[in-house]
Amino acid sequence: MNGEFTWDFIVGHMNYWLFIVLMMTGLYIVVAKGNLVKKIVGLNIFQTSVFMLYISMGKVTGGTAPIFPADMIIDPDVVYSNPLPHVLILTAIVVGIATTSLGLALIVRIREEFGTIEEHEILEIEKAIAAAENKLHGEAMGGRA
Amino acid sequence: MATETTHHVAMTLSDHLPVLAILVPFVAAPLCVLLGSRSLTWPITFLASAASFVTSFLLLLSVIDGGFISYHIGGWAPPLGIEYRVDAANAFVLFLVTGISTIVLPYARESVKSEIPERHHTLFYACFLLCLTGLLGVAVTGDAFNVFVFLEISSLSTYVLIAQGSYRDRRALTAAYDYLIMGTIGATFFVIGLGMLYMATGTLNMADLADRIADQGANRTVRAAFAFIVVGIGLKVAIYPLHLWLPNAYTYAPSAVTAFLAATATKVAVYVLMRFLFSVFQPSFLFEVNTLEFMIIPFAILAMFAASFIAIFQTDLKRLLAYSSIAQIGYMLLGIGLLNESGVAAAVAHLFNHGITKAVLFMGVGALVLRSGGSFFDRIEGMGKLMPWTSAAIVIGGLSLIGVPGTAGFLSKWLLVQGALEKGWWPIAILVVLSSLLAVIYVWRIVEAMYLRSPASDIEAKEAPLSMLVPIWIMAIACIYFGFATDITLTASHTAAQGLLAGPVGLH
Amino acid sequence: MRHHLILRVVTKLLVGTIILFAFYVQFHGDFSPGGGFQAGVIMAVAFILYGVVFSLRKAQKVFPPWLVHKLVALGVLIYAGTGIVSLFLGYEYLDYGAFSPHHPEHGQHYGILIVELGVGITVTGVMVAVYYAFAARPPRISDEEW
Repeated sequence: MNGEFTWDFIVGHMNYWLFIVLMMTGLYIVVAKGNLVKKIVGLNIFQTSVFMLYISMGKVTGGTAPIFPADMIIDPDVVYSNPLPHVLILTAIVVGIATTSLGLALIVRIREEFGTIEEHEILEIEKAIAAAENKLHGEAMGGRA
Repeated sequence: MATETTHHVAMTLSDHLPVLAILVPFVAAPLCVLLGSRSLTWPITFLASAASFVTSFLLLLSVIDGGFISYHIGGWAPPLGIEYRVDAANAFVLFLVTGISTIVLPYARESVKSEIPERHHTLFYACFLLCLTGLLGVAVTGDAFNVFVFLEISSLSTYVLIAQGSYRDRRALTAAYDYLIMGTIGATFFVIGLGMLYMATGTLNMADLADRIADQGANRTVRAAFAFIVVGIGLKVAIYPLHLWLPNAYTYAPSAVTAFLAATATKVAVYVLMRFLFSVFQPSFLFEVNTLEFMIIPFAILAMFAASFIAIFQTDLKRLLAYSSIAQIGYMLLGIGLLNESGVAAAVAHLFNHGITKAVLFMGVGALVLRSGGSFFDRIEGMGKLMPWTSAAIVIGGLSLIGVPGTAGFLSKWLLVQGALEKGWWPIAILVVLSSLLAVIYVWRIVEAMYLRSPASDIEAKEAPLSMLVPIWIMAIACIYFGFATDITLTASHTAAQGLLAGPVGLH
Repeated sequence: MRHHLILRVVTKLLVGTIILFAFYVQFHGDFSPGGGFQAGVIMAVAFILYGVVFSLRKAQKVFPPWLVHKLVALGVLIYAGTGIVSLFLGYEYLDYGAFSPHHPEHGQHYGILIVELGVGITVTGVMVAVYYAFAARPPRISDEEW
């Protein structure tokens, strides 16, 4: 393993390093930040890392855009990049946009109902509701708060 | 109905069944929005769901003896094109999902009227249809990336449906938000895994993937892909330590949504897990046996006990049932982990039986909520006298949840114990029985509250409307019927298990 | 933004051009990079820009919210409908070869044109709907206080 860990190995796998850095940054933000909007931003970074993994996967050294020439005469020597991962990611980007806008819409509604978008404040409000319920209906176990 | 051309053999409608099952709800959803008529929305939704149900039933009939149907979207042959592939396992899941949605919809009408403002009804049913489309698509497709797309269609609409509970309790919003974050992380993990598989094999068709993994054996990329996929789907399944989104989501969602989701969403995810564990990756894959024995089985047993234990101490009936769902998912995972035919058949059968059982229970609770205004135990006291029919159905559901002989739940637990004994793992068989005793305790609490207490003084509840009672009782009778007429479930689940366990061979 | 004269004039000039460009990307999508997704977003940008500069109310007068919702549904129906037509012609779902049985390539050409039109309509609708949904919420800080 140590023998393989050369400069070429590091530079040659640059896209994977960046993928891992972005992925971990995104996940860290989702877990560590208490602000709901920041969580969504983290989720976006996390998803973007995956887009990068796929797109860099489709790259073929020296390859050009995989579009047929207008005259449909295909030169067998021309190398094309692999379009499939790119198309897959087009779908994943759309899914990502839908998730983001739905997440933000939920945040807008949460702010209207709870008056805050900070997680610890929301938890406190929920704890108060749960405490009131426990008083009314008896103690319960488990739950989010 | 079709004309012959020189190049192409015309297909008849019966050849299109695999795509029709998902196409009908998919087209009905925008149709509801386009028409924008409140009076037409519900009939369209119901008809679409019923048509899909009939289609699924025909599909199940044609594959129940083994074999499969392959449908090429756009006429592009697999492995390049997207393939829909129906065998006994997914036909069974399709049958369950469409069946539940068709029975929940008549029930949903009254329940939704009381829980969601009227101006949102059109969009609500459109979302419901999209959710159905997504779940069916996940089950029917034979293309790994297509699974992700349909999974996200169903998940996104699920988040919206759960958030609709905010008109009753604002915590539905945070529940939906939590589920959105966790669900998206799960789905993204799944995509990362698929990306790695694509990197290692150059294909996304499940049958093709299975062949190539079998040919080249396991390498580090495939192992990493396996880990990402299991964790990603695990979040959607709510495997025990990844279950945190579930209790709140089920508790605060509108009653009809909970009934539908509890009976279908996690079941479809379990199916995807089985498909990947057994068909795409081979059970002989060394890493996988270790994962199953040292990860899935312990977590499954933990779920069976911990979640049942937490369920006992709930004051909210809906929340109690949500925790019990996590425990029941444990039984399915245990069946998967046993890795023999009885075990996997138990998982498939329990998937079905638990689906109908939870549908009865959550629909029953929804009816109680409609009449008494809450699902807390002190609100449902004495309901056995005020709402005798609803309460009786809940009791039947509860018995099936425990696994009392003569109910559907008994069959799958019996298979599970059988599977454990075949492997010689008798302690696990004992644990299954012991954890069922925990179910006896929480079901008894429900019975006690409903029959042995007198109702709170301010409640003047009358029996639930007929449009709710009929669906509840159809499901309750199904619980008993599938407890006696066991050969239907047994045949289907054994065929499905054989198909799944045959690995890549089963995909040809 | 009543006082930003330059913004208003430039916007008026740009909106038409943006819409034209959206159509170019839309209908040239089968020969060159482009297609429904990109065209839909560009088209939506024209309306969103108009809304940002001239107020949401005016944008909604041009492109009322109910119409936006109908367009979202209509686009999906066009997409799915294309597949259904091929299904009734005896082909597989979304097999565009059905539209020209003797020249499947021509059929694919027509098919992708219609499907991309559906995609474009839906994406335009969704993007504008997202903008309306967020912009129509009452703001915490009024415009003058910025």
